[in-house]
Amino acid sequence: MYHEAALPRRRRGRRGSKMAANMSNVEDIRSRVLLGEFGVKNVHTTDFPGNYPGYDDTWDMQRFQKNFTMDIVDLDENCMEFDMVGIDAAIANAFRRILLAEVPTMAVEKVFIYNNTSIIQDEVLAHRLGLIPIKADPRLFEYRNAGEESGEDAGSEIDTIQLQLKVKCSRNPRASKDSSDPQELYLNHMVYSGDMKWMPIGNQADVFADANIGPVHDDILIAQLRPGQELDIIMHCVKGIGKDHAKFSPVATASYRLLPEITLLEPIEGEKAERLKRCFSRGVIHLEELNGKKVAMVVNSRLDTCSREVLRHDDLKNLVKLGRVRDHFIFTVESTGVLPPEVLVTEAIKVLMTKCQRFLNELDNTDME
Amino acid sequence: MAGEGEKKPVLEMVQADGADEGCVTFVLHDEDHTLGNSLRYMVMKNADVEFCGYSITHPSESKINFRIQTRGGIPATEPLRKGLNDLSDVCQHVLNTFQVRFCFRFNSN
Repeated sequence: MYHEAALPRRRRGRRGSKMAANMSNVEDIRSRVLLGEFGVKNVHTTDFPGNYPGYDDTWDMQRFQKNFTMDIVDLDENCMEFDMVGIDAAIANAFRRILLAEVPTMAVEKVFIYNNTSIIQDEVLAHRLGLIPIKADPRLFEYRNAGEESGEDAGSEIDTIQLQLKVKCSRNPRASKDSSDPQELYLNHMVYSGDMKWMPIGNQADVFADANIGPVHDDILIAQLRPGQELDIIMHCVKGIGKDHAKFSPVATASYRLLPEITLLEPIEGEKAERLKRCFSRGVIHLEELNGKKVAMVVNSRLDTCSREVLRHDDLKNLVKLGRVRDHFIFTVESTGVLPPEVLVTEAIKVLMTKCQRFLNELDNTDME
Repeated sequence: MAGEGEKKPVLEMVQADGADEGCVTFVLHDEDHTLGNSLRYMVMKNADVEFCGYSITHPSESKINFRIQTRGGIPATEPLRKGLNDLSDVCQHVLNTFQVRFCFRFNSN
């Protein structure tokens, strides 16, 4: 939709100039990030009490609850896209950081190599094993105490999962004389993550009888062998967080972007409308037939990737205002398969609550002394 | 002061001698921008707070210096406590909204 030109034209090309806050663009400064030709303006949150006369920006839980909405746009077993509207970037970013680094998972930590005659070095093999995602619900396990580290006996059933990898490669007696295909010539020459077997400790066999614990994916290639080479490895998986090592991160990635907003300042028609349509991602601009002429209308600005291509055309750049809505976050969470993405989001929110609670308890303790 | 014996300190308060209770620097251990920035936002939304900021003293040490200066002689622990409570309430509300939305979507499929 285009607006009548009620907004004052900005002077483009002046780097570092702050916008003067007058009556008409205060709402703009407070709620929109402007994408200009040479820079991005109004990035920071400014609605703190005292900054704007006439606005009451003090924290009001009722107002927040009234304005806050969430919407789950897309959900399948590993990937989720959802919207959070009405929250500030500081808190949305906290959720993103926690999803990446502070939601715990189980991963291989100690690798006891009894025999490795493959050409993959011990440490490289151990590194690869650590990065394999392990399908075990981390909420059912405890952290291992950093104190006792003494060989295999340190792991107990409440904090350790034991896995075994035992593969020996041999020549295939039934292969034909002149074949050169390794698939035919050798038996067990590819070691996949599906070869990792769970060895239950203590009462784990009863507690986790129906949840088969093991790698999430069976087809991750760990090593390749030739006849005579073998691997005999025992692995201990412990609970950890991504801050410690990236192998503990439960998400392939978690990211967010702000909702783009495209405003046409004048009606754009004909050939200009065609060029305008090509400047944006597909599906953003639609050409309507009005009085025999094609007029451009913004149909779905969410699909735009904000490449600012339109600002490269001299005759189009003053007809469009590009921006982003500062409190509308489009989150994308892709899980590695350990936990479903909606569980990861709820766990991340609980982690932030736990952090706050920890310091509240500490404040109460110091006050009582 | 928190931390006694061999227990690791979680929260310390640093105050200049002679300053009133309204200007305090809190040292939060084992924290980084995740809690620092979100808590700073919540404390800044408090009208009694004249100054609020945080910094990470050195990237190799995981602690943040969180400074609050209040106006009107209010002790600085009050906006900190209110900020922590508000942040916790925000998280609770986000969690409830998300669970409602998820159940709604789950049941309508």
